Amino acid sequence: MSSAIITRRALLKTAAFGAAGASLGLGSLRSARAADLVVGIVYVGARDDFGWNQAHAVAIKALKEVPGVKVSEEENVPETDAVSKSMESMINLDGASLILATSFGYYKPFVLDLAKKYPKVEFRHAAPLWNKATDPMNAGSYFGYLNQAHYVDGVAAGLSTKSNKIGFVAAKPIAIVLSNINSVLLGARSVNPNATVQVIFTGDWSMPVREAEATNALVDAGCDVITCHVDGPKVVIQTAEKRGAKTCGHNANQGPLAPKGFITGAEYKWETIYKGYAADIKSGKPLPNFLAGGFDADYVRNSPFGAGCSPEGQKAALAAIEGLKKGKPIYVGPLKDNKTGKIVIDKTYANDDPFLNNMDYLLQGVVGSTT
Amino acid sequence: MESPVVIVLEAMLGGAIRVSTPFMFVALGECVTEKSGRVNLGLEGTLVLGAMTAYAISFHTGSPWVGVLAAGVAGSVLGAMHGSICGLPKVNDVAVGIAMMLFGVGVAFFFGKPYIQPVAPRLQSIPLGSWSESPNLRSALEVNPLFFVGIAAAFALAWALRNTRWGLVVRTVGDSAAAARAMGVSVNGVRLMTTTIGGFFAGVGGAFLSLSYPGSWNQGLSSGQGLMAVALVIFARWKPLRCVLAALLFGAAGAIGPSLQAVGVTQGYYFFNAAPYILTLVIMIATSSAKHSAADMPGELSMAK
Amino acid sequence: MSDAPVAQSFPGAAAPAAPMAVSSSRWRSDAEFVVIPILAIVASFLLFAVFLLAIGKSPVDFMALVWRGGFGTSFSIQNTLQRSSPLIMTALAVAIPARIGLIIIGGEGALVLGGFVAAVVAIPMTGVVPPMPALLVMAFAAMLTGGIWIGICGFLRYARGVNETIASLLLTYIGIAIMNFFVEGALRDLSDPNKPSTKPIGRDYMVGSIPGTSVHWGFLFGVLLCLGLYLLMSRTTFGFAARVTGGNFRAALAQGLPVGRLIVACCAIAGACAGLAGFFEVAAIQGRANASLAAGYGFTGILVAFLARQNPLMIPPVAIMFGGIVAAGGLIQRRMGLPDATVQVLEGLIFVVLLTSETLYGRFSIFKPKGR
Repeated sequence: MSSAIITRRALLKTAAFGAAGASLGLGSLRSARAADLVVGIVYVGARDDFGWNQAHAVAIKALKEVPGVKVSEEENVPETDAVSKSMESMINLDGASLILATSFGYYKPFVLDLAKKYPKVEFRHAAPLWNKATDPMNAGSYFGYLNQAHYVDGVAAGLSTKSNKIGFVAAKPIAIVLSNINSVLLGARSVNPNATVQVIFTGDWSMPVREAEATNALVDAGCDVITCHVDGPKVVIQTAEKRGAKTCGHNANQGPLAPKGFITGAEYKWETIYKGYAADIKSGKPLPNFLAGGFDADYVRNSPFGAGCSPEGQKAALAAIEGLKKGKPIYVGPLKDNKTGKIVIDKTYANDDPFLNNMDYLLQGVVGSTT
Repeated sequence: MESPVVIVLEAMLGGAIRVSTPFMFVALGECVTEKSGRVNLGLEGTLVLGAMTAYAISFHTGSPWVGVLAAGVAGSVLGAMHGSICGLPKVNDVAVGIAMMLFGVGVAFFFGKPYIQPVAPRLQSIPLGSWSESPNLRSALEVNPLFFVGIAAAFALAWALRNTRWGLVVRTVGDSAAAARAMGVSVNGVRLMTTTIGGFFAGVGGAFLSLSYPGSWNQGLSSGQGLMAVALVIFARWKPLRCVLAALLFGAAGAIGPSLQAVGVTQGYYFFNAAPYILTLVIMIATSSAKHSAADMPGELSMAK
Repeated sequence: MSDAPVAQSFPGAAAPAAPMAVSSSRWRSDAEFVVIPILAIVASFLLFAVFLLAIGKSPVDFMALVWRGGFGTSFSIQNTLQRSSPLIMTALAVAIPARIGLIIIGGEGALVLGGFVAAVVAIPMTGVVPPMPALLVMAFAAMLTGGIWIGICGFLRYARGVNETIASLLLTYIGIAIMNFFVEGALRDLSDPNKPSTKPIGRDYMVGSIPGTSVHWGFLFGVLLCLGLYLLMSRTTFGFAARVTGGNFRAALAQGLPVGRLIVACCAIAGACAGLAGFFEVAAIQGRANASLAAGYGFTGILVAFLARQNPLMIPPVAIMFGGIVAAGGLIQRRMGLPDATVQVLEGLIFVVLLTSETLYGRFSIFKPKGR
């Protein structure tokens, strides 16, 4: 069987094999019946973090509803050999034949190594990292270009700010985060050329006190719109609301947390992807190796507008979404970075161009540094 | 627009007021416990359990102050558990503390699941800066009543430890259990009391985290503040008022990282974010001396068992 | 240093040194150290069963899953052993200074920096130096870094009277900041934009698994290290001098022991153990250094060391028990639909009860040697 193509029957066979192997231990405990397809899912944090993990956990329901599919979930799995052992345990003890690994750091080396070790198990990882030339064919990626929704945030924020300063509380200077920051800037600049984005890195994915401090510092520095990219944005949104600043959300709908200042927010729509997987499994089609998209593929969305969004902002944001659905590019080159002023984006790139996945710079107009 | 230096200083002032309170409460609680010759390293777990309890109770009753009280009670229960277990002969208090930390955090996370989404009523702050023109200063001077409660408690504890019979008993038990027994004092009883008080304080510190600043409940809320606060007691040399100073310093230093980035000093933010730790270490090295290092340490406090 | 005499509860170490008793009575007093912990574990599981019944889950399923996930299959055993290996080394980083009366809780920092330096020295050697010597250099660099890092705590303790507990905790946060600064800055491998890391050390330079298993060599080295350090601390002049210092600092000074050097040496050994754990994290697992090195092994090691009563020989079994619970924890989450926090509650409960059970030693006449 070519490992790139998995059919339902092949999946069932591996599931049965896994279950038979597992039954050597304690047969009576075997929860995976031979007829089931077991999907193992690993989360890096708690499933109810009001952010990244919760977005996945909520969307996973689509898979749970498929008859004959059993979901095996494990949370708080760090990006160490713990994750490879957890995935292996799902394969060996639960009979999982499809693994969904939902944290960036799981991919290299853990998912890659296990995909080689278990060629009959399919692995899908939530980041656009799979490379056809080098990576195993039973591995793959799925991802939503959240930066498109952040671009829309930027558009709405650009027309809702008075000080023209947008604050961004960010966890770490990795490409995905940098792309979101740059997209907020470009979105804001598309409607308000005077807008700037000021970023503070907290250095960690979940650091509530420092996130609150960063939010306060940004407001103190004159930002009147605050947005963020951290695991759980609750603290940032609430702190900004308390300070009277407007807010844009991230990962989940934080509108209810900020009744006065909420503008809109960038959300994943993982359910589109998981529903697609579910449909493929049901119909016996192979799972695609690489799925990535934004508004065009319905993988991302914006939260409902809040009281903080100006009417012009709403109109422009909706127009921006229509544009993105048709593939209107965000990164219209040439663009310079904010450190040396040299051109880092030489031309206009399509929104799904892999070139944009390797961003390691902040664009001119962003105040902040990646190191 | 104000000058960058002013912004950073204002942020540090605000940070000292906002961030210090949980450190202050945990450190004060641990200070009382350690004064009686007992170590409770588990206050991180107590802090987290307190935060969860306060948020849950505030959510259900609609009254944040009932939440604060409930957090104190939850903390006392953990403290009393630690106190009674460590009262048994041959049981190591440091180790039990670490195990209690796991237990407390686990219980808090388990029962805290349903409270991550909802918004609970939070404690109102007192606007002390309304005289000022600067919005930043006004915001920095939004002070939570618990901050003053903590400072008042520190003065009360400092006074009580020095001037009351209760304080004498606690200090005697902490300095020499044998002497305390000779006085007819129940050593285990006193330590049970001080550990329970310590737990109460740490629980209230947790309430500040979830009900004031940052003011929400989630699993990453504490991320080690309880452990650090316990360590600060050593830094404060077992003196309540110094505990307050240590907490203020820690809070102010914690604001350095974010505010420097906000005014455009963006390089090397990892080190600025680590400022509280670096500063504490430097001050410790500068103020220690080889000769009378353990002078202030309660004599019964032997951590290395 | 506290001048108060430090109680030495070091049963495993004391036993060989004690005069040989009649074999049956020796068996009886040793049995105490087996029977009581087992009873304690049973008791904690019973307590936890009550908790499970209260939330409507089956304790029987739970027990079976713990067994199966932690120890019941060959895969589970390997899973358990692998998870225990960093804990063995970080527990040593607590246990060795404890012999001289110091509480070091900063093994995490030494682990992170050790692993980081191992990766940094590996990069220029990749493709130039053959794997074996390169690995030796990496391991040495990691141990040296860890040794210096915790050695600083020992030095500050002796020379300036700075409390080592808080100093080692502060240095942990500082060490993590140093690693992050370089990993996200000057030493960042730009080919991986989404996980700031150093360049990979290369597959040829990775430590493999113990033949026939999927457990990396770190486990075996950890066990050997425990054995070696046990011998060092219980059978050599150095170990004796360290224990005397830990037992009575003033007496050690009066006897003219080089307490300063002893303290720094014990701390350096501790740091080297944690640094070695960092080396294995890089060379056997991650293949590069990044923020995942700070996975909390250093903090878990503190608990392991205390449960092992700072006895190097007891560390591997305790670490394996810990590894088993963590390994089983995943299976329990998955099969019983319980949150991760359940496992934390269980861990806390087991350890609280185990530690409480220490009060039972010497209380039962059945364990007393005959004729006394």
